[in-house]
Amino acid sequence: MTDLAVADPPAALGRHTQIHSDLKAQRVRSAWVFLAPTLLVLALVAGWPLVRTIYFSFTTASLTNPAGAEFIGFDNYLTWITLKSGRTIYRGLLADPAWWNAVWNTLKFTLVSVSIETVLGLVVALVLNARFPGRGLVRAAILIPWAIPTIVSAKMWAWMLNDQFGILNDILLGLGLISQKVAWTANPDTAMIAVLIVDVWKTTPFMALLILAGLQMVPGDVYEAAKIDGVHPVKVFWRVTLPLIRPALMVAVIFRMLDALRIFDLIYVLTPNNAQTKTMSVLARENLFDFDKFAYGAAASTMLFLIIAAITVLYMWFGRVNFEGER
Amino acid sequence: MTLLLRTLTVFAALGTADLAAAAELSLAANTTGKNVSFMREQLGRFERQTGHKVNLVTMPSSSSEQFSQYRLWLAAGNKDVDVYQTDVIWAPQLADQFIDLTEATKDVVGDHFPSIIQSQTANGKLVALPIFTDAPALYYRKDLLEKYDRTPPKTWDEMAATAKEIQEKERAAGQADIWGFVFQANAYEGLTCNALEWIKSSGGGQIVEPDGTISVNNEMAAAAIDRAKKWIGTIAPGGVLAYQEEESRGVWQTGNAVFMRNWPYAYALGNGDDSAVKGKFEVMPLPAANDGEEPSSTLGGWNLAVSKYSDEQEAAIELVKFLSSKAVQKERALQLSQLPTIASLYDDPDVAAAQPFMPNWKPIFESAVPRPSAVTKVKYNEVSSRFWSAVHNTLSGNGTAAENLELLEIELTELKGDSW
Repeated sequence: MTDLAVADPPAALGRHTQIHSDLKAQRVRSAWVFLAPTLLVLALVAGWPLVRTIYFSFTTASLTNPAGAEFIGFDNYLTWITLKSGRTIYRGLLADPAWWNAVWNTLKFTLVSVSIETVLGLVVALVLNARFPGRGLVRAAILIPWAIPTIVSAKMWAWMLNDQFGILNDILLGLGLISQKVAWTANPDTAMIAVLIVDVWKTTPFMALLILAGLQMVPGDVYEAAKIDGVHPVKVFWRVTLPLIRPALMVAVIFRMLDALRIFDLIYVLTPNNAQTKTMSVLARENLFDFDKFAYGAAASTMLFLIIAAITVLYMWFGRVNFEGER
Repeated sequence: MTLLLRTLTVFAALGTADLAAAAELSLAANTTGKNVSFMREQLGRFERQTGHKVNLVTMPSSSSEQFSQYRLWLAAGNKDVDVYQTDVIWAPQLADQFIDLTEATKDVVGDHFPSIIQSQTANGKLVALPIFTDAPALYYRKDLLEKYDRTPPKTWDEMAATAKEIQEKERAAGQADIWGFVFQANAYEGLTCNALEWIKSSGGGQIVEPDGTISVNNEMAAAAIDRAKKWIGTIAPGGVLAYQEEESRGVWQTGNAVFMRNWPYAYALGNGDDSAVKGKFEVMPLPAANDGEEPSSTLGGWNLAVSKYSDEQEAAIELVKFLSSKAVQKERALQLSQLPTIASLYDDPDVAAAQPFMPNWKPIFESAVPRPSAVTKVKYNEVSSRFWSAVHNTLSGNGTAAENLELLEIELTELKGDSW
């Protein structure tokens, strides 16, 4: 409809439209003026480092001599040489099993941790949304794990998970659930589980908070109507609550997912060099600073950025398609 | 006239001295054991003596983490830190970022062991001045060995057998938490040190030989790592795979280990008043593969280097010379049981009285095996990381030693390229 009106404006409205568009242009201008500082700061603190990292990934830069970097194109990502015997050898990040191991670890971690946190966060949010005495206190208390800096909570858990003096082993032994002390962070089978336990403990409150905000937007009369109609509470949850908090839930999941995909601090403290838990960020850091491979690490960082961007775009795209399809 | 001139010169000299005295320095030092409180005490003395002010920047006790932080600061040309406490293996990697101390220290350099000064020299440039040297020891519980009538072990197998026997008998006697042996098997630089000792003492070479050959893939080395694999879960807790120095000291110092492989710093701490093993333990050289063979200790030790980006290089050099001086090294030996780098301190009666083990340590670190940092240069960290990963994989049951060392050889060959 609007398209038609613009294409063929009635003569009487011509002047009016003129004024209207002037006003609009002015508003757009002032919007840009107000946005400019933010955009400038973003370009400086986010854009420039990103561009630099991408640039370094196409060079031979090393930390000892960053200025002496030479451009080598995509060699850090993939390069191959054909030997005289006719065998082709691939090199570079995309042919590096350590990199794909890190990608797989990160995806596994993200999928498992975000799923558990969403379910637990939803449960906690539903509980906190109910009216009970001392609710304010419980709401504040449940945020404590989220308020503790990750480094601190990771170190705290590292001691709790310690095989000899850790409280976790002590409790489990006391309950008779394990027969001997488990080396949580050392054992390749339990290292990822240990990381997941800590991450779930830490970020469930964050999920709960975002979902709780969504829950409070749901109008009370919908529930009253359902109650009068005698709908079973479980059905109310699936048919009323869940569809209504869906937008909030989607936002919460995407926030968590972005965070989980670039997980670094927790793993760096708990199990820094363990191949079972090494994520993309940990691998990138290792190459950037520990090894003399700054450019290679920059390539890993760039890939990390691209993978996160791709996953986010896909998620938002699928999320919206479903959302509109239901309507 | 001359008198006036002389007076003027004296005043001028005093003036510059006053200017220099205004210097504010920063020293980055690690936090293992009691290093920080010791440094604070010594810096207090330095400040009173010279009028300079020194800020202590504390670093993580893991040397791998410390190194990457240094590298980052130095790459950015950071002026905030003037003096860096550096590990013995870092000189070749960071040489470009530190100033040459040769001229400034030529009066004192002769007091230190030449081999240590040599290890801190890269391309003829003295990168850092040593403050203490390190060679690990086998700590053993004298009381327990006497109780079960065992002699201190000469070989790894003897150590494992003794550890197993005492562990079983002590557990049967109600000591449920006791373990035979603790060491450092977390995937980090410390595992490189531990594994290098197992391999070298079994005749398996030193990963990369001084001439650059990659020697690690051999039967003796594989056997040495397989031997260590058998310790995990039997005489050593499964958790050693996540232990660094301080975690193993925790088990040891609470009285829950018969043997421990650790650096000399644990000696003074183990004899502290809060220690459950105070007066109950002794130290000896690490075991060898067969009786009568030479044991091998990895050469450790820490040094001080001056950043070339520092604005206060004069005062920084003064600080380095103070902290590496004979007086401070003696104090360090007395308080922290860390080995001096000055030969004459080994004959000092005070040191011998406070740390009876120390005079015997001189031959051990003189024959200590260096990590291949000099030959692999800037690639050392990656060599070490690949090596400790191969060992850690083997120890945690992810492939046999022979398989992992074969892979390691391929990786190292690729990393080496045409030359190190």
